Amino acid sequence: MSMTMTQKILAHHAGLDKVVPGQLIKAKLDLVLGNDVTTPVAVKEFKKIGLDKVFDVNKIAIVPDHFTPNKDIKSAEQCKYIREFAREMKIVNYFEIGQMGIEHALIPEKGLVVPGDVVIGADSHTCTYGALGAFSTGIGSTDMAAGMATGEAWFKVPEAIKFELKGKLNKWVCGKDVILHIIGMIGVDGALYKSMEFMGEGVMALSMDDRFSMANMAIEAGAKNGIFEVDDKTLAYVKEHSTKEYKIYTADPDAQYAATYVIDLSQIKPTVAFPHLPENTRTIDEVGEVKIDQVVIGSCTNGRIEDLRAAASILKSKQVDPHVRTIIFPATQKIYLQAMEEGLLKIFVEAGAVVSTPTCGPCLGGHMGILAKGERAVATTNRNFVGRMGHPESEVYLASPAVAAASAIAGKIVSPEEVI
Amino acid sequence: MLAHGKVIKYGDNVDTDVIIPARYLNTSDPAELAKHCMEDLDAAFVNKVNEGDIIVAAKNFGCGSSREHAPIAIKAAGISCVIAETFARIFYRNAINIGLPILECPEASRDIDDGDEVKVDFDKGEIINITKNKVYKSTPFPEFMQEIIAKNGLIEYIKASLYR
Ligand code: SF4
Repeated sequence: MSMTMTQKILAHHAGLDKVVPGQLIKAKLDLVLGNDVTTPVAVKEFKKIGLDKVFDVNKIAIVPDHFTPNKDIKSAEQCKYIREFAREMKIVNYFEIGQMGIEHALIPEKGLVVPGDVVIGADSHTCTYGALGAFSTGIGSTDMAAGMATGEAWFKVPEAIKFELKGKLNKWVCGKDVILHIIGMIGVDGALYKSMEFMGEGVMALSMDDRFSMANMAIEAGAKNGIFEVDDKTLAYVKEHSTKEYKIYTADPDAQYAATYVIDLSQIKPTVAFPHLPENTRTIDEVGEVKIDQVVIGSCTNGRIEDLRAAASILKSKQVDPHVRTIIFPATQKIYLQAMEEGLLKIFVEAGAVVSTPTCGPCLGGHMGILAKGERAVATTNRNFVGRMGHPESEVYLASPAVAAASAIAGKIVSPEEVI
Repeated sequence: MLAHGKVIKYGDNVDTDVIIPARYLNTSDPAELAKHCMEDLDAAFVNKVNEGDIIVAAKNFGCGSSREHAPIAIKAAGISCVIAETFARIFYRNAINIGLPILECPEASRDIDDGDEVKVDFDKGEIINITKNKVYKSTPFPEFMQEIIAKNGLIEYIKASLYR
């Protein structure tokens, strides 16, 4: 039987010639990832196994990014616990404040994932690395512990949904709008247990940053993973960031899909997801009058350099509405530095926004931008669940960096075209 | 293995942010997490839940983040089993890995009401609604997962295979 990209990668890592959907396999892991929320639980579980070393000191990455720089004593204790574990186990890829960033922007930037890899991460947005043609999926802390011990994980081989992309994006439309459009179309459980496989000539028209933000939100459709066909842009990215050996897997032409969607990128408009689910999408012209109190630009979805450039191109020589607290957080130290060198940070500060050090902070309602009762935010993040950014009666509207920046100026949700 | 208790019922897409809000994730202590279980969806939950109670929900239960704190909080709150039409996949994995029994059963999810008294027989894959005097059948776990459950979670399963 023919196989999809995901099925081929899994088969190869399980030492099998073929796998079929629904089959339970054990696959070898190329990377096991955790953060400061999930790793403490994983370390406790790892210690129960009773091993004194991890399976491979180079194939584990630990990134304290959620409550860092530590927001309180409890989170400081959690970070201390995993820091000591990383030292004791001699884990090479432990990223301390100063080197760190939001894990899903940092890991590809550090070259730790390449095409064809199998990656598990105790964070649901681990699916981000599918942008590089890897199989990458979120798991829990116990799986992380088991992965650190054995270098293996169990998987049920998923069916796939194929997204055939064609055409090119219009101005002020980016990968975020495409994935919001798709989630609006198939729903938050539209890809439950399945892999979302993106292919076709339209892929080539998307930048790597677009692809990262699309793969990032595969989980928001319930998917096990999202994966992109590898092309020249992928390989250029890999060459720039990594020396690891890679392998390109392509789907068989007659591979079976549970469904196929053709997406014409030129038809996609800026899209906003209304509270409290990412599937509640409306195109920018259907939004109506939504006044806002806060704008958050950043996160593992949209905190990369292209996102900051898009925001800066709108905020340049303008002022944010005095009633809109605008918080911008570059996703990694490298992106922060690049934004500084390109003059983007200056534009943000002059426009009346604040720029934060890399952290997950506001994205999960952790710190650095919590909403009060009844407040509304436009955020470039990936979740708008009840209470996600603070009070259970606050609201989060998900959008692209361009829409978020334009909305910061207007004090309500608007299209970039309205403020340019 | 059996579960037996009163049902607390919820709808579609109960996400991990309402099961255990991120503001409480600066600890991984089960008892601490249990105090805030379901807080943003149903503030009354922690006061009404009794040891052994069963959560019944609709589609995509546990969607959102990978936080194992979610099934841990539910288990530590005293819930003996979660029944839903479907589960989000990471939640499903995590529940199995930490030993919180969960069952997918669309019929039971539709038919059971809040407050019903329900018994679950995991070996037979049977859900018995005592209040309504009805029985619903659910698909039993695949063999591989049964092994993990029989070993009381993934860690013990791995220990057994490592030191064999
Ligand atoms: S930025 Fe938000 S979604 Fe991304 S890893 Fe951090 S908390 Fe999770």
